[in-house]
Amino acid sequence: MLLLMLEFFKVGLFAIGGGLATLPFLYELAEKYPWFTKAELTDMIAVSESTPGPIGINMSTYAGFNAGGLIGGALATLSLVAPSIIVIIIIARFLEKFSDNKYVNTAFGGIRPAVTGLIAAAGFGVIELCLFKSGFQLNRIWEFINIPNTILFGIILYLVIKFNKHPVFYIAGAAIVGLIFKL
Amino acid sequence: MKELLELFWIFFKIGGLTFGGGYAMLPMLQRELVETRNWATNEELANYFAVGQCTPGIIAVNTATFIGYKRKGIIGGIVATLGIITPSYIIISIIASFLKNFSNIEAVQHAFAGIRVAVAALIVFAVIKMWKTSVKSKIGIAFCIAAFLCTTLLPVSPVIIVFICGSLGIILMQMGRGV
Repeated sequence: MLLLMLEFFKVGLFAIGGGLATLPFLYELAEKYPWFTKAELTDMIAVSESTPGPIGINMSTYAGFNAGGLIGGALATLSLVAPSIIVIIIIARFLEKFSDNKYVNTAFGGIRPAVTGLIAAAGFGVIELCLFKSGFQLNRIWEFINIPNTILFGIILYLVIKFNKHPVFYIAGAAIVGLIFKL
Repeated sequence: MKELLELFWIFFKIGGLTFGGGYAMLPMLQRELVETRNWATNEELANYFAVGQCTPGIIAVNTATFIGYKRKGIIGGIVATLGIITPSYIIISIIASFLKNFSNIEAVQHAFAGIRVAVAALIVFAVIKMWKTSVKSKIGIAFCIAAFLCTTLLPVSPVIIVFICGSLGIILMQMGRGV
């Protein structure tokens, strides 16, 4: 169990850049330890796509659960987030101290437009995944458009911009539409 | 105590309703923190995402720690983080014990096909809002487009993009041009 905690602490410490960055580390764990297999890890990626929450957290809970039940799941997950809590609190303190610093502020001024672009890229990835059929080619774009999804996308985007309600309404509505129309 | 409970509850909701990883929680964060409570601005959210991108760990968790710390110090950071991971812990424990082939259930697949479309639309709107507050000059537009193209077309790590744009921001200021 200590080993489990140590290994997930290491994943939390070295995986920089979000959920998917944990994957290579998790594949390594699958090779080294009997907590989960590579096939289970692949299944887990599918499960993570169909449950809420970050994939790294889902995976550590699953592996910990296999290794030691509910307590194992809790310990693995807490070990995974412990390094980021420590690092972020240190950085937050630093930024608090330097919040009036001209250099810190201009650096962030340059970073914010870039982050907007990064998030747009992530959004583009999701759009590509759900509005186009796989194997999509730009020169034959019309054959690859997933028409029901594109219509739903247009409707939701219109409603979001017009009413700006809580995101959960749109998520729940889209889940129901998906069930009824078998998207 | 009351504010700690509120922190936990907000991030519990966000953790339970974020489908598809870190960036997908941006619409939820804007709603709960910027629009409903005035606890953060869109600029601050962009800063947190940038830091979360370059530090170890999951962006969603890092952002939760950041905002919790800002509201209530170290305990706030820990409470917010526990809030965002608890829903995953509960759901995955249930799936691991009872529903090992959960993602193969047909109804689940259809529902999630719909949810992904909603997430895509929500992210588009979130990006529009963030664009309005974060991109303020021609240079900013260039940074934004360059970051978008680099991550979609080339295998460039977001960490590198964040560092380059931060340094360029400082260099441009020295030359007397703001971003």
